[in-house]
Amino acid sequence: MKEQLELILKQGLEEITSAGSKDALEAARIKYLGKKGELTAVLKMMGKLDASERPAMGQLANEVRAQLENAIDTASVKLAEAALEQQLLDETLDVTIPGTPVNVGHKHPMYVALDELKEIFIGMGFTILDGPEVELATNNFDRLNAEEGHPSRDWSDTFYFDEDSRVMLRSQTSPMQVRAMDTMELPIRILAPGRVYRKDEVDATHSPMFHQVEGMVIDKNITMADLKGTLNTVVEQLYGKGTKTRFRPHHFPFTEPSCEMDVQCHKCGGVGCPTCKGEGWIELLGAGMIHPKVLEMAGIDTNVYSGWAFGIGLERMAMRRFKIADLRLIFENDIRFLEQF
Amino acid sequence: MNLSRKWLDEFVRITANDKDFAEAMTLSGSKVEGTEDLGTEINNVVVGQIVSLEHHPDSDHMWICQINIGEEEPVQIVTGAWNVHVGDIVPVAKHKSTLPGGVKIEKGKLRGVKSNGMLCGLSELGLDERDFPYAVIKAAAILGDYKAIDPEKPSIPADIQAGHKIYGPVVAAKVAGVEPLCYGCFRVVLETGKENLTIESDCMNLHEGDMVAYNTKSGTICTLADLHAEQREFPHCIEDGIFILNEDCKPGDDIKPVIGMDDHVVEFEITPNRPDCLSIIGLAREAAATYNAELKLHTPVVKGGAEGSLFELLDVETPDPELCPRYSARMVKNVKIGPSPKWMRERLRAMGVRPINNIVDITNYVMLEYGQPMHAFDYRYVNGGKIIVRRAAEGEELTTLDGGVRTLNSNMLVIADQDRAVGLAGIMGGLNSEIVDDTVDVVFESACFDGTCIRKTALALGMRTEASAKFEKGLDPMNTLPAVDRACELVEMLGAGEVLEGVIDILNFVPQPTVLKLEPEKINGLLGTDVSAEDMVKYLENVGFVVEGDQVIVPSWRADVQAMADLAEEVARFYGYNNIPITLMRGETTQGGYSPIQVVENRLGELARGCGFDEIITYSFISPTYYDKIRWAADDERRASFKILNPLGEDTSIMRTTVLPSMLEILTRNYNYRNKNAKLYELGRIYKMGGEDGLAVESKILSMGAYGDDMDFFKLKGIIEAILGDLRAEEIRFEPCTSNPSYHPGRCAEVYAGDTLIGVFGQIHPLVSKNYGVDAAFYCAELSFDALLAVKGQDAEYKPLPKFPSVTRDIAVVCDNAVTVGQLEAAIKKGAKGLLKGVKLFDIYQGKGVPEGKKSVAFNLVLRADDRSLTGEEADADVKSILEVLAADCGAVIRA
Repeated sequence: MKEQLELILKQGLEEITSAGSKDALEAARIKYLGKKGELTAVLKMMGKLDASERPAMGQLANEVRAQLENAIDTASVKLAEAALEQQLLDETLDVTIPGTPVNVGHKHPMYVALDELKEIFIGMGFTILDGPEVELATNNFDRLNAEEGHPSRDWSDTFYFDEDSRVMLRSQTSPMQVRAMDTMELPIRILAPGRVYRKDEVDATHSPMFHQVEGMVIDKNITMADLKGTLNTVVEQLYGKGTKTRFRPHHFPFTEPSCEMDVQCHKCGGVGCPTCKGEGWIELLGAGMIHPKVLEMAGIDTNVYSGWAFGIGLERMAMRRFKIADLRLIFENDIRFLEQF
Repeated sequence: MNLSRKWLDEFVRITANDKDFAEAMTLSGSKVEGTEDLGTEINNVVVGQIVSLEHHPDSDHMWICQINIGEEEPVQIVTGAWNVHVGDIVPVAKHKSTLPGGVKIEKGKLRGVKSNGMLCGLSELGLDERDFPYAVIKAAAILGDYKAIDPEKPSIPADIQAGHKIYGPVVAAKVAGVEPLCYGCFRVVLETGKENLTIESDCMNLHEGDMVAYNTKSGTICTLADLHAEQREFPHCIEDGIFILNEDCKPGDDIKPVIGMDDHVVEFEITPNRPDCLSIIGLAREAAATYNAELKLHTPVVKGGAEGSLFELLDVETPDPELCPRYSARMVKNVKIGPSPKWMRERLRAMGVRPINNIVDITNYVMLEYGQPMHAFDYRYVNGGKIIVRRAAEGEELTTLDGGVRTLNSNMLVIADQDRAVGLAGIMGGLNSEIVDDTVDVVFESACFDGTCIRKTALALGMRTEASAKFEKGLDPMNTLPAVDRACELVEMLGAGEVLEGVIDILNFVPQPTVLKLEPEKINGLLGTDVSAEDMVKYLENVGFVVEGDQVIVPSWRADVQAMADLAEEVARFYGYNNIPITLMRGETTQGGYSPIQVVENRLGELARGCGFDEIITYSFISPTYYDKIRWAADDERRASFKILNPLGEDTSIMRTTVLPSMLEILTRNYNYRNKNAKLYELGRIYKMGGEDGLAVESKILSMGAYGDDMDFFKLKGIIEAILGDLRAEEIRFEPCTSNPSYHPGRCAEVYAGDTLIGVFGQIHPLVSKNYGVDAAFYCAELSFDALLAVKGQDAEYKPLPKFPSVTRDIAVVCDNAVTVGQLEAAIKKGAKGLLKGVKLFDIYQGKGVPEGKKSVAFNLVLRADDRSLTGEEADADVKSILEVLAADCGAVIRA
């Protein structure tokens, strides 16, 4: 009987380890350990043994069973591993096949540039302000110290809706200064982006409709040094820390002193190159201290309050930001253009 | 405004190079647009003198010249020009030289003969006859150059000999000798067959051995014009050739100073508040202040002394004093019209002004120097010796110097004599009083006119001139007198005429300088600086302000300075904008951010992009015909638009009351560009009548548009549902819209939230697509931003997740085709008894098994109770009730 058990063990282990599939393994299990299996058959003969032999044989039989069961478990794990390996192999994909397209839309590059600017100013406590494009000449000109006779009021420059030149398409976002002064509590910090209109034929750098962003601060003790400080901060956030700026005297009817701000050419670092037309500087915006007349017209006491304002052309900023060479692309809205941003 | 640096040197000595000068001036407030070295393109061109001249052996029209260019050996140059003679001083472009226009000259061979450069004509040096009037070339007809137009019938026989008659008094003659007498003037010995004649000629192309046509009657050698010949008959006898110099120079000299090309020109952008800087003197003052250098101004001195009395000869009236604050005039008698001297021509040319004649050049010179436009009249044509500065009569006509006939009105100011207008004040003179070659007596006008009047007139007549551009900015009335004196001084300096004693000077205003208080602490307070009072005074005095104690007297040419802030700018300019410190704003902090409206705007953009839509920006103005294109009825009241009275063109002439045409235009453009699919959106404004103060009601529309294989009605509807879902809008419903003329009547819906109409969407009407020339299906949506904002729901509040499982039931019902899914869904919801949590359409079927005119519609129902697990019986009871309502309300019966 001992020989029988040992034979079962030997053959069983062989069959189990050589079982190449789950089915073969199961067949082996049934063959040796099943109810009608060989081991069971041997055990059934246990009763015929001598009582003295039984314990030893019983123990041996249990060891054989245990060994076979162990072997089956091990083989089963191995087979499962092999099967998984095969499955993974079978499921292998050509990962270079393009993904299923998910089309996410694109923000217009102009508004990408605008949003960057908005975020910077919001961080400095500015409120974003919106206002009408069909505007009173009073707000667009008179209240901004551009009196009757100022060239920008000409019908050759500005679009009008009535013969009296009373209602017009705003030619700048600056009337938002007036609207803010008229409606907001002091102190004021606003940023007012929007569409503006001038009678320019369409070409690579002109459009009868374009966008400006107006910024304004009115508070006690506001100085030109503050204007420089704020704009420098903005420029550093837009173009990186350490970006150099320069301020030049200029003229706007509604600021005094007035200035234009240049940013050192990022391309050549100020040496002069085609990007900056050899000047080393790129004009970014116009600004200045709000003209006392403008404050007075809004009923603001210039002995207590002062302020600064700036205006920036959004198209030019976006064009520079994305190296867009022709303004017409901005308004053409070709998706091959739009989807680049 | 251009500035000749040589001219500037007369007033202030600045040694900085162009780049540094440009930078310094820009930073002190005079923005430099660019600088130009006038002679930058001319290199290695020198003065040469012709030593000898011989015919080219292999050419009948070329000369081989030996030229002294100040080197040991003369250089040999071959030229095709015929106006050169031994002894002539000429510009020589040497081997490896450059000329204007990027021309490069190198040595080479011309018909086998070495030529080591080129002799230059005026045009090759970038000049013309107006720059050097003396260099005009007169060409004789050389008979040897004659080419008959019809070879069969030559007008001049090829074998013509000296003495042969050509016609009338004209005979052939042979040049036996040519000897220069003075510049452009030759003693010529002619053989006329019988005898030798010696005559003087100013024809510059004569050489010994030439056969010419000699007019025995006038004693002159004939030009082409004299012979009535065409140029092609004498191809080489042209009034062009080498520029024979008549300047103080010697062989070897660089040509640039000789022809005034050694100047540098700086171009300024002058802001409209600084008309004083539209002059050399104004810029010199700025330059002197910028460099803290001495400004050397000159007071004109006029000798006068012409016979007669100015006041007897001329009378000036200014009946409209408000339009003519000042009128100054002087007279010059016995003028000799001729070219102005080289220095003046060079300065004018450097400033971009073409020399014309001495009198005109003087007016231009003074305008540039003083910034004061001048005008010169021919006194002969000032009828009655009377100048009246008056408003034009309505419809009065005047032919201006440029030949244009101008019809005037009473808003325009004219210079008139007793009978008629002779000039358009401040803009352009009249043709009837123009300075001409035989002008004898000249009136110089130096006046100050009302800027607005001049600007409006120039604009109305479309004739903005250099003078009007200056006047319209408002000129200094104190400048008229020095300017007219300067003009007269120049007349005397140039020997161009005799100046009459006295000036007519009418002042229609009381000169009253602006006086401001110097408040250094306020200025520092505004600038954020700490500039000393002494420095402030220095800065102000450097640009002509007079400071007495704390009183600042503003100079007459600085009408822009009216208050403390203006003085602050003057101080800042010369203290240096870039020396102003950089500080951060103090004071109360403010809360920045987006308004609730802007938050929703931003969110809508995000949603649209999330759905694959690209953002576009379209013009707010459209053509009125666009309303036709979208098939709005002629009497549709939405056509009432803000109309621009002075549009650029019809296409941009009214403010849109709908965003649809803008979207369709962009869709069409992309379609025409063969972009296969497009999904576009814009949060665009529309402009309707009836706003406050006569302004527009500007509302925003979320405009969406798409075409392509990934778009159809239900996809667009799904996107709209997604957007409304994100906004948490409630009670959304869609109603078919058959009446919108722009949309397909069977594929258009209005979307509501409760009773609020949010907008319309659907497929664009095929006829509208046709109007845009497109055969594809366009899908558009127009959603009112105000409505979206209004229906935006409350912020989310957590509802417990279901604890008990739901039961699903699929039902399919058969109903008439006309019954809508919406009606069926409504019936289902109505029939449910509180357990229905979801209805989902999953199939619509027509065809086999379903009777004609009917359809089978299948729904997936989800039923659930919040407090227990549903039993099958409970669910079935609900479904039964639903089916009953479906049958009752919609005639829909369960599909067998």
